[in-house]
Amino acid sequence: MEFFIQQLLNGLTVGSVYSLVALGLTLVYGILHIPNFAHGALYMMGGYVTLTMMSKSGLPYWLAIVISMIVIGTLGVLLERLVFYPLRDAPPLHDKIAAIGILLFLEAFAQFVWGADYQTMPTPYGKVVNLFGLTLTAQRLLIITSTIAIMVLLYFFLKKTFIGATIIAMSQNREGANLVGININKVAMMTFMISGSLAALAASLASPINLVFPGMGHLVILKAFVIIILGGMGSVPGAIIGGYILGFSESLGATYISNDYKDIIAFVILVIILTIKPTGLFVRRGQS
Amino acid sequence: MIAVLKQKKIAALAILFALAFPLLIPNNYYLHMMTLSFIWMIAVYGLNLLAGYTGYLSLAHAGFFAIGAYTLAILTVKAGLNFWLAFFLSCVISSFIGFLVGLVALRTKEHFFAIYTLCVGYIIYLVIDKWDSLTGGVRGFIGIPSPANIGPISFQTPVSQYYLVLFFLLLVVFVMYRIVYSLTGRTYIAIRNSEELALTIGISTMKDKLVSFVLSIFFTSLAGALYASFIRFLGPDIGYISVMFDLLIFLLVGGIGTMSGPVVGTLLMTSISQQLQFLQDYRMLIFGPILTLLVIFYPRGVVGGVIHWKTKRTENNRDSRVGKISSHSSNEKQVKEG
Amino acid sequence: MLLETKNLTKRFGGLIAVNNVNFSIERGKINAIIGPNGAGKSTFFNLISGFHKPTAGQIIFKGEDITHLPANKRAKLGIARTFQTTHLFEQSTVLDNVIIGHRLRTSSTLFDAIFRTKRLKREEAQCKEKAMEVLEFVGLTDAAHKIVANISQEEKKRAAFALALATDPEVILLDEPAAGVNPDETEGLEELIVKMAEYGITVCLIEHKMQMIMKIAHKIMVLNYGEKIAEGTPEEIKNNEIVIQAYLGGSAIA
Repeated sequence: MEFFIQQLLNGLTVGSVYSLVALGLTLVYGILHIPNFAHGALYMMGGYVTLTMMSKSGLPYWLAIVISMIVIGTLGVLLERLVFYPLRDAPPLHDKIAAIGILLFLEAFAQFVWGADYQTMPTPYGKVVNLFGLTLTAQRLLIITSTIAIMVLLYFFLKKTFIGATIIAMSQNREGANLVGININKVAMMTFMISGSLAALAASLASPINLVFPGMGHLVILKAFVIIILGGMGSVPGAIIGGYILGFSESLGATYISNDYKDIIAFVILVIILTIKPTGLFVRRGQS
Repeated sequence: MIAVLKQKKIAALAILFALAFPLLIPNNYYLHMMTLSFIWMIAVYGLNLLAGYTGYLSLAHAGFFAIGAYTLAILTVKAGLNFWLAFFLSCVISSFIGFLVGLVALRTKEHFFAIYTLCVGYIIYLVIDKWDSLTGGVRGFIGIPSPANIGPISFQTPVSQYYLVLFFLLLVVFVMYRIVYSLTGRTYIAIRNSEELALTIGISTMKDKLVSFVLSIFFTSLAGALYASFIRFLGPDIGYISVMFDLLIFLLVGGIGTMSGPVVGTLLMTSISQQLQFLQDYRMLIFGPILTLLVIFYPRGVVGGVIHWKTKRTENNRDSRVGKISSHSSNEKQVKEG
Repeated sequence: MLLETKNLTKRFGGLIAVNNVNFSIERGKINAIIGPNGAGKSTFFNLISGFHKPTAGQIIFKGEDITHLPANKRAKLGIARTFQTTHLFEQSTVLDNVIIGHRLRTSSTLFDAIFRTKRLKREEAQCKEKAMEVLEFVGLTDAAHKIVANISQEEKKRAAFALALATDPEVILLDEPAAGVNPDETEGLEELIVKMAEYGITVCLIEHKMQMIMKIAHKIMVLNYGEKIAEGTPEEIKNNEIVIQAYLGGSAIA
């Protein structure tokens, strides 16, 4: 029983990271209808920037994360301005190819600057904690609590602030939002900023456990795509729920089926969903 | 009429040059490079059929390239089958897997199709990487035999291998040519233009898409099998996204949806790669942005651009002859067909 | 009665786009569907041509229930359709666009294509011949080799008609054929539609241009908020109180 709860907690941890990444992805998709294939690179860069801030500049963990979030948020904005904005009228094919180009560029860049080795990220939360008779590292606890905190913050931001409302408006009806005077360019940039920051945060939280290496964005991003298809492309609650569902499935799958192939669980889910409903699980009204 | 004749003359010259190449440049290194680029061209033709002519960008093709390669390796080395039987089976098995994938994938549209095929491609890579006992995993697969003799002809030398691969390339190009300039080709192009409209005029889009999908995978797997037998060593990275990216950039640079695009693009990019060899693992530093810039500013590619320029010229000539001033700019929908 | 809908209904989530519509398209006549914006006309067409699955109701074509038949099979049965935005391949010639229209009447396969069999050659010639035939019918013979991007809006509409005609249809659904076309050109399209009907093809069109409808339609159905509010000849509809109210009264429907 305890073992089971341990697995559940594990799933919660993994799910939190997935949710953060999926959130960034779904927000961008919601307003621009672009699946940002370069999101994994933002995640990866987030990890590296945090690492560099800590090791080269000797900054404390939290400060490094904040800086990373700002840097990667800005990188996201650059991505939007320089790549996605020029391609706004092009066939959707082009967005994807361009994003893949950026993805591979950033990976090569990371390898060039930091080398291809797996690097560890030190954290002040390495202590082992005893909670209700279960042992877990404080890092895992941190991941779970930070994610929940961020989600609450995001919720209030989207629902209660004016800027948040503009994002929701744009995701529901881009033309309409434009017509009522919302500056869709600014909203796009803001959304990418948030998206990038979330990715950086997720990477920084997960890296002490998962290490930092140029390919670290791959699996995460593919799973994030599965999550948003599962939860509904553009749906914020969907990304969160989907993230945790996947996290739990993987955690349980890794223990009870096979650790090597646990990554395939996400894709099996994807195949099943798309076989039954080729348009994805939750189709928004008006979209077909 | 004249345009077609000119095209055929250029094609004939190119083939002549390809045939004479080993005699003109009897350098084993260049021979190796050319043969390798021929193999890539075959794979790119596969991608072109699906993405360029039918309008579905599959990101799984690198995975099927790998399946073709590894299946050949496994069937010859582990199962000890006759080479050419194994070769044939590799393509068939890979195409069958492609058929199963296509059944699900082709019911999805746009983003979902791209994401789904991206995931499929990654699964293939993962399976090859993890299934040590079958594929050798990260350690790789060695000892793959060169193509077996066909009668008295042996394929152990670089020159003979060059001609063998060239033969397959010409075969693939020929089949593509026949398809593109037939009702079947027109059907695919109609699907690419607007699947809705295609359905309206009675085209069984699912059936046609599936055939196109499987055939495109057949070509790519063929290239994979040739690769395995040519390089004789495999690693999981041939199914990795960077291979997918290479195929994409070859296709885009050459001209997506054109007959000669794959040849031009592959030759151009592999020669540039050669010059940039010093970059090795970091060539993505240059190629990544190139691809992105290309897709933003010049998605037509070399051959596409030439065709566009020629079409404009013919239109202008016709209009000036008739004395009309064309009121519609053909620049309008430039980017639409990529 | 060539095509008939019985209690045809389409719901999108909570929104009822088409509500219990009974309509029949009369063979050999020009049928029209009119109504304020958002009345459900295009959705109705989508239901008939097979692009939406009805929530309830039936569609009967020549006595056969085609309610669950996919769009491409309906085309094979003889139901052709054009779109408001023509969807033509802009980078190709008019002829190239129209040739593929006859494809559904051919049976060449990939095998035929690769080996250039007699069947392929025969069917290619057939398609080309048909294309030239329909292009002549719509008056575009001179434009056959022009690139679609370079022809006028009216010519594009004619090309779209030609494409639909190349499928050898029994009934053709025209979705706002005169949209974006100036009055002179509209007259030209009117003549073409009448010509199609005289040729034996049943026409059903959606239009907002009232003069056009009143001039050429034999039978009109009026939709409002997804429901049929009136049906009859142009004379009857012109003087129908309910119809006038629907267009003038009520809120402005976007």
